[in-house]
Amino acid sequence: MSFPWANEYQPSHPFMKWMDEKLPLPRLVYNSVGSGYPVPRNLNYFWNFGFLALICLVIQIVTGIVMAMHYAANTAVAFDTVEMTVRDVNWGWLMRYAHANGASAFFVVIYIHIFRGFYYGSYKAPREMVWLLGVVIFLLMMATAFMGYVLPWGQMSFWGAKVITGLFSAIPFVGEPLQQWLLGGFAPDNAALNRFFSLHYLLPFVIVGVVILHIWALHIPGSSNPTGVEVKSESDTVPFYPYYIAKDGWAVGAFGFLFCMMLFFFPNALGHPDNYIPANPMSTPAHIVPEWYFWPFYAVLRAFTQDFFFIPAKLMGVLAMFGAILVWFFLPWLDKSPVRSGSYRPTYKKFFWFGLIPAMLVLFYCGGAPAAEPYVMMSQLAALYYFAHFLIILPVVSAIEKPLPLPYSITEAVLGKDEAAQLAPTAR
Amino acid sequence: MARILSILVGLFFTAALAWSFGKGAYTQITEPPAVTVEHEFHLLPKHVRFASDGAFGKFDRQQLQRGFQVYKEVCSACHSLSHVAFRDLAQLGYSEAEVKAIAAGFQVAGTDPNTGEANMRPGTPTDYFPKPFANDIAARAANNNAVPPDLSLMTKARHDGAAYVYSLLTGFQAQPAALLKEFPDAKTPNGLHYNPYFANLNLAMAPPLTSEGQVTYGDGTKATVDQMSKDVSAFLIWTAEPSLEKRKQTGWAVLGFLLFATILGYMSYRNIWAGKKH
Repeated sequence: MSFPWANEYQPSHPFMKWMDEKLPLPRLVYNSVGSGYPVPRNLNYFWNFGFLALICLVIQIVTGIVMAMHYAANTAVAFDTVEMTVRDVNWGWLMRYAHANGASAFFVVIYIHIFRGFYYGSYKAPREMVWLLGVVIFLLMMATAFMGYVLPWGQMSFWGAKVITGLFSAIPFVGEPLQQWLLGGFAPDNAALNRFFSLHYLLPFVIVGVVILHIWALHIPGSSNPTGVEVKSESDTVPFYPYYIAKDGWAVGAFGFLFCMMLFFFPNALGHPDNYIPANPMSTPAHIVPEWYFWPFYAVLRAFTQDFFFIPAKLMGVLAMFGAILVWFFLPWLDKSPVRSGSYRPTYKKFFWFGLIPAMLVLFYCGGAPAAEPYVMMSQLAALYYFAHFLIILPVVSAIEKPLPLPYSITEAVLGKDEAAQLAPTAR
Repeated sequence: MARILSILVGLFFTAALAWSFGKGAYTQITEPPAVTVEHEFHLLPKHVRFASDGAFGKFDRQQLQRGFQVYKEVCSACHSLSHVAFRDLAQLGYSEAEVKAIAAGFQVAGTDPNTGEANMRPGTPTDYFPKPFANDIAARAANNNAVPPDLSLMTKARHDGAAYVYSLLTGFQAQPAALLKEFPDAKTPNGLHYNPYFANLNLAMAPPLTSEGQVTYGDGTKATVDQMSKDVSAFLIWTAEPSLEKRKQTGWAVLGFLLFATILGYMSYRNIWAGKKH
């Protein structure tokens, strides 16, 4: 599962030798994130975001466990226990702000990580499984974040839960009973709050499990790289330790600096003021909006304002909202271009920078805006492009596009020449 | 095959969106939405500065004490402050004896130690501020069918919180003639009060701070309506986040450390990669 030139773990200390025979855990670490894992030498900073995502997951789990020690999942006291944590627990305010902003940081990192994959074609063979598991992680993250936002039982918690669980009622025939079964009642109440808390505590550990599979699947072909050309020889790679440990290390510092700037100086900038009002089922907020990281998909949901033939608008919206993410699962088979990296795909590159990215930004903006014109019309156009991009443009472009010539190897891309290339010029 | 299927699914979604867009655009042209009175006359909060603003902001404790006095003498008649305990007031610079005296000035629900019956007793520092109404129904009955919101988190619970509170307190006015001319149906109903800083322009709260000297400040500050509004807004910044100062101070220490660690990390990265083209 690695390259033949990978360094081999050679324990020198008697204890490590003993350990290696009984439980080769140090060997696993050495081969995963140590000198035993050769990585392309030409990775740019977009390749740091996987490591940063892992850091975010750890921040969320640590702060979340502390928050759970002081939280009570009961509609009568949930809001107060969170406030009590902030006011009366030592450093409780820090835990709360770190957990709330940590979720945002996690999504910033993960969106960059995902769009890195779009641009550089990281989803293509032989890394389809890495990609599929990544989409699973994203879905689990969304479920976890949604349920976590309900726990403080503020106004947006309650009304967000009501709107999102209400989506299930759009499913024909079984919708309403399904919604009631999921909520344990007719509207979000104590039963729902309790199961959301239970699942909010469970799912992060499921995410940890899928992350392990994600990294495992990644280590079989090894990391992709900005040229999209597969590793050919030892000179294409450097060992993960110390090279990428050092690079990830300083990236974590830079990320931590930006994160702490938000956390300590703008801790409420990304939250909604209404969630500092205790939940009140009798009073609907003027605009119900989810957290910012759901905005693009919320905009897709709201973009469907008209019934389409016999399909009600609401059902269309729900299908499209889930479809907008589920389509990612099919990417490896929709994009048939043999060239991975967008840098060598002139047509795809244009659609990525002037189509997908603006459409996504418009969806972000409109999802947080009130459900009124011109935002609805803007999100309709952006969503139209979004679906066209993945389902129509990508398959067509990958069939007709003429890619730029690829470098023979990573070494050639970096150094301008590769000795091995002269020996095998036809392999180009 | 996969491509044809994908293009068909793509056409299905894009056609549905185009249909929604077309109908929406058509409605927009044939029946443009009417301009609402809120859209025309609602104002964003005024610009106002507080000592606690900014990355180095610190509370002006003298101002917080004045703000507390305004809350105690004016606001507390209708508004609860349920997340704040009397003991917390020590952070405003009150001595232990002063906190005890303030607490004792409030009657809180208790239990008679001899009979076990519910009674009222003077507050102690561990008690929380009592609620002015027994429940929401009582609160509605006394306030023109509106429940006065709890103020503990008010400056976090509104956009631009402290400026909003300040603007609302100083923003009561007669309904502009232009408004009535343009929207004759939008006359402020009886029992409500016009205030352009309130989301729907008419609120049930009567102007609470109306005259200079409504409270008498111990520190000699002139108690103008503007001053009282500013002071109570500053006080509510504190009630919403007593840890604000500690947060900012900790932030500088953390950022300082991270900057140092990041520079070290960057230098070791450059050192390790030196000579390795990438």
